[in-house]
Amino acid sequence: MAIAIGALLWVIVAVAVGVAALKSASLVETGLWEGAMDFLRLTPRVAIGVIGSGYVAAVLPPEVLGGLLGPKSGLMGTAIATLAGAFTPGGPVVGFSIGVAALKSGAAAPQVIAYTTAWALFAIQRVASYEVVAMPARVVWLRVICSIPVPFLAAFGAMLIGKP
Amino acid sequence: MRLRRKTFDWSTILVTVCVLAAAAVVYVRDGWDRFAAVFFGDLYIFLDILPKMAAGCLIGVFSTLLIPRETVVRLVGAESGFAGLVIATFAGVIMPGGPVTVYPVAAAFLAVGADVGAALAFVTSWTLLGYARALVWELPFFGPDFVLWRMAIAPIFPLIVGLLGRYAAKALVARGIKL
Repeated sequence: MAIAIGALLWVIVAVAVGVAALKSASLVETGLWEGAMDFLRLTPRVAIGVIGSGYVAAVLPPEVLGGLLGPKSGLMGTAIATLAGAFTPGGPVVGFSIGVAALKSGAAAPQVIAYTTAWALFAIQRVASYEVVAMPARVVWLRVICSIPVPFLAAFGAMLIGKP
Repeated sequence: MRLRRKTFDWSTILVTVCVLAAAAVVYVRDGWDRFAAVFFGDLYIFLDILPKMAAGCLIGVFSTLLIPRETVVRLVGAESGFAGLVIATFAGVIMPGGPVTVYPVAAAFLAVGADVGAALAFVTSWTLLGYARALVWELPFFGPDFVLWRMAIAPIFPLIVGLLGRYAAKALVARGIKL
């Protein structure tokens, strides 16, 4: 599965490069250069998050996290995860690192899905710093309010299908 | 997601400090063997994900270069009703770029006459189904299995948020509250 996804991604890259090449050679050059730069910028962050989350998970008491967000935590665990997502500050490194560390130290997948979904949809800091400046404020808060059920539905969906 | 043009930022520094503290605790409390076991276990995961991450970065950049934002705006502004929500959801999936580009596009929808529901569905879809964030950030951290199952559940959510938003907007306008 993982290998197939890796291969598929590179097929998409090849197609994108091909389409860009049909337009102009400089477009290919720009794309490859910027892609490489993004990769170099991303690598240290992901390294710290992925390798470091193992240590964070090792020091978190599994019985506490397992109780709060574990497989038996149900609706309460989902609500805690959703609130935590809304109040997580900072960029993707913070949110995803916390999610992975929680998953490694006893939190259940549906609760972690609720956490990342809430964080992605309405992390208050991001809404305030990116969204409100670009869109009418009332539309933004309407979107946030309409999104509140989504982490719960996502967690419920994950429980229903028993995956991941 | 377009990365901010900084090699290091406060988020990363915060995570680094937490990780170093946790690593020190593991070393002092559990000794070198456990410290090394955690390191090499996660190092393997990290190395395994690197090629996918590289592909993700290239796909992100090339889609930004190849899909003009105006095309996406025109696509969504032209439709209304339930079809409008479906098209807005689709636009969110294909929309390249990060928060800096996506929210202005959603604002542009409102400006060209798309309804609030479509704008909400678009932002929700980009957030939950947009490949840029998933490939570049989520995949390296969680692995393909987790990301695929999370996304398998998600396509209905932009439609739900869009419908809720549309009805709420109608109710608000009926009460004289302008959005």
